[in-house]
Amino acid sequence: MLTPALLLSAALFVIGTLGVIVRRNAIIIFLCIELQLNAVNLAFVALSRYTGIEGQLYVFFVMTVAAAEAAVGLAIIISIFRHYETVNVNKFNVLKW
Amino acid sequence: MTGVTTVESAVTALAGTPPLTAPPLAVQEAASWEPVLPGLIVLLPLLGFAINGFLALRAAAVSSAAVRSGSEWDPFAGAATPATHRLPTLVGPGVMLIAFVLALLNFIGMPDDLQEPVVRSYWSWIATGDLRIEAALQLDQLSAVMMLVVTGVGFLIHVFSVGYMKNDVGYPRYFSYLNLFVFFMLVLVMGSGYATMFVGWEGVGLCSYLLIGYWFSDREKSDAGKKAFIVNRIGDVGFLLAMFLIYQAFGTFDFGEVFAGAEGGLATGGATVTAITLLLMLGAAGKSAQVPLHVWLPDAMAGPTPVSALIHAATMVTAGVYMVARSSVLYALAPVSQAIVAGVGVLTALIAATIAIQQYDIKKVLAYSTVSQLGFMFLAAGIGAFTAAIFHLVTHAFFKALLFLGAGAVIHSMHHAAHHAERHLDEQDMRNMGGLRKYMPLTCALMWIATLAIAGIWPFAGFFSKDEIIWYTAAWAGAESNPFGALYAVYWGVALITALMTAFYMTRLMIMTFHGANRTGAAGAAHLHEAPPVMTLPLIALAALSVFGGWINVPEALQASFAGLFGALPMSEWLHHWLEPVTHAAAEIQVAGFGEAAYSAPLGGGEVTWALVSTVAAALTVAVSARLLGTRKYVAAAADSGPRAGLGRVLHDKWYFDEAYDAVIVRPLLRLSRWCWRFIDDVIIDGFVNTTAQFARLAGWIMSLFQTGQVNMYAFVLTVGVLLVLGTTVFLR
Repeated sequence: MLTPALLLSAALFVIGTLGVIVRRNAIIIFLCIELQLNAVNLAFVALSRYTGIEGQLYVFFVMTVAAAEAAVGLAIIISIFRHYETVNVNKFNVLKW
Repeated sequence: MTGVTTVESAVTALAGTPPLTAPPLAVQEAASWEPVLPGLIVLLPLLGFAINGFLALRAAAVSSAAVRSGSEWDPFAGAATPATHRLPTLVGPGVMLIAFVLALLNFIGMPDDLQEPVVRSYWSWIATGDLRIEAALQLDQLSAVMMLVVTGVGFLIHVFSVGYMKNDVGYPRYFSYLNLFVFFMLVLVMGSGYATMFVGWEGVGLCSYLLIGYWFSDREKSDAGKKAFIVNRIGDVGFLLAMFLIYQAFGTFDFGEVFAGAEGGLATGGATVTAITLLLMLGAAGKSAQVPLHVWLPDAMAGPTPVSALIHAATMVTAGVYMVARSSVLYALAPVSQAIVAGVGVLTALIAATIAIQQYDIKKVLAYSTVSQLGFMFLAAGIGAFTAAIFHLVTHAFFKALLFLGAGAVIHSMHHAAHHAERHLDEQDMRNMGGLRKYMPLTCALMWIATLAIAGIWPFAGFFSKDEIIWYTAAWAGAESNPFGALYAVYWGVALITALMTAFYMTRLMIMTFHGANRTGAAGAAHLHEAPPVMTLPLIALAALSVFGGWINVPEALQASFAGLFGALPMSEWLHHWLEPVTHAAAEIQVAGFGEAAYSAPLGGGEVTWALVSTVAAALTVAVSARLLGTRKYVAAAADSGPRAGLGRVLHDKWYFDEAYDAVIVRPLLRLSRWCWRFIDDVIIDGFVNTTAQFARLAGWIMSLFQTGQVNMYAFVLTVGVLLVLGTTVFLR
């Protein structure tokens, strides 16, 4: 059971990573980050079956952090949208030399 | 040393103590003497400095506020004595008077049989490792004499300054510097070790700089101040190195411990003691203007004339002589150093005297005369006649202060005349004077007294002190086993010639200034006048000292002869006996090394004969040169360029010492500095720094190309990076 679970986790993580790299919509990028986090959660849960309860405990931590991150991230996206009237990250490029 | 213990009670206390533990009676008695407030003597001038300094700062604040608001600040508007002048007039001379009275009380109260200096320690100044330096003052016969000279002559000069500086805006500042100078000078002569002495040593150097450059808005004068400071600094290096060697050899700076250690532990003529004394001599040469470091003193005449009298004639320049006399034990142990000290002294005396002959500036003549007389003092110190050195120091302080203050009165008068003259008038150039006797008879008479004193004519002060030096030189040349006997015979001859030259150039000064026809011009001459009483009274006091000051040390051999008025003069060899506790250790070492001095002059004849010869020769020189110079026609400075060629020109240009230093030291140093600036600083150091900066800028520019602002780009690079790190850790194990 472990191998399919880890494979699924890895697939989800790669999809999330690619999404962060290639997508331009900030909301989508945000969702992809959530995907990465949950891919890791899945790996934790799967591994906790062999190593003990700690993996499942970590999942709760990750979910808490993800919730907090969602709150902050969405707030940032909203305030950026109010400024630029777009969520295309290509437009947010003033922070450079 | 507990509380106020009288001599009697100490003796009775001693009677009860068992003889085993009792030290010799004399020491016990001496130790019971309580000096009168030695700390206060030092602190009073410092207090004066604080008060006058505060007033000076306040006056400066008022003045700059007036300048900012656009109005002119003139302290002399309104009252005849400006408000800024009142308190300094009281405080400046006032603290000096109290200090002098205290010094006098100490001098009178000092027991005759005081063998060891009385040391008062105030606090531990430096305590680190084995080094312990106490902030301590000491009183003994030598420092008592020096204190009297410093505070006594200093007080008279402060009083004179009240009149001389009356019309100067910086009056409070002037008195604050003057007080500070006296403070440091007292620290110098009362300090109980080389370290404490060094504080005073540096302090008087600082005050000298401040006072020479007192009129600092004049570029030439502030340059003279800097020159004095720098030349002094060269000497100070010698003093410092000598202090390091002393610490290495003895582990302490305290006079008593150093001399005790030297007497017991160092061989006569050893390398250590010779090095120490030669380095100390370098310091003394800087402070006391000996060849080749004499160049600053004549330039120091840029300061106000009373300053020249106080610092550059009466007190500060004698610090070197005092220091050599204080270190007499060390010098007695180093005959080579002694020969060099005496040689430098006699050379200085000769060179300065030759220069003085061809100077036209009245203060320059006196300055070179000071250098020359200091040379005599060093000659005395070099032959081990430390008493004679201090004796000449004291009498010289009297008549040189008188000469300088007299010159100050002349310049004061000439200054008023210059305001009204038809043409520009250098108020210090003797070619512009002449015939001043008619306008200022009192100053003329007083300065003649000083001239006769410095020329060494009986019975004035200079006769006894200078004759003693020349006599001791001769005596030392004939000492039983003196390895440098022939050398000292040469010194004796040069000293004799120099003494006659002194008589000549001083007569020249007097004739050019006070006699002959007046060259000031009619319009200016009408304004020549005698100085006010506040200036002449100190002159009279100094004149009295110049007449009688020599009687404190009439040699026994002379006392019964004409020179002692056939026994009528009092105080036979008083100073000699007075200083004996300080100098006897050195004398014993010298006698042990060289044998008794053979008191016979190289050309035969006794002390009385030579005293007669020297005073008659000096008197003849004065008379003949007065007669010859009196008939000579001088032209006013504007129409005269001085001697054009030959020896006269060389002497007029001061043997080209300044030019030589300029060519050999100053200009090469400037060139080296410029090279260091242009090449080492601009090319190498700046080049390195600039290259580093350029590199950082280039690297930054390259890296900045990666900062696109594209979030996806960053995420991509991040991912690649993580994969690389993970990949290397996993696969390249």
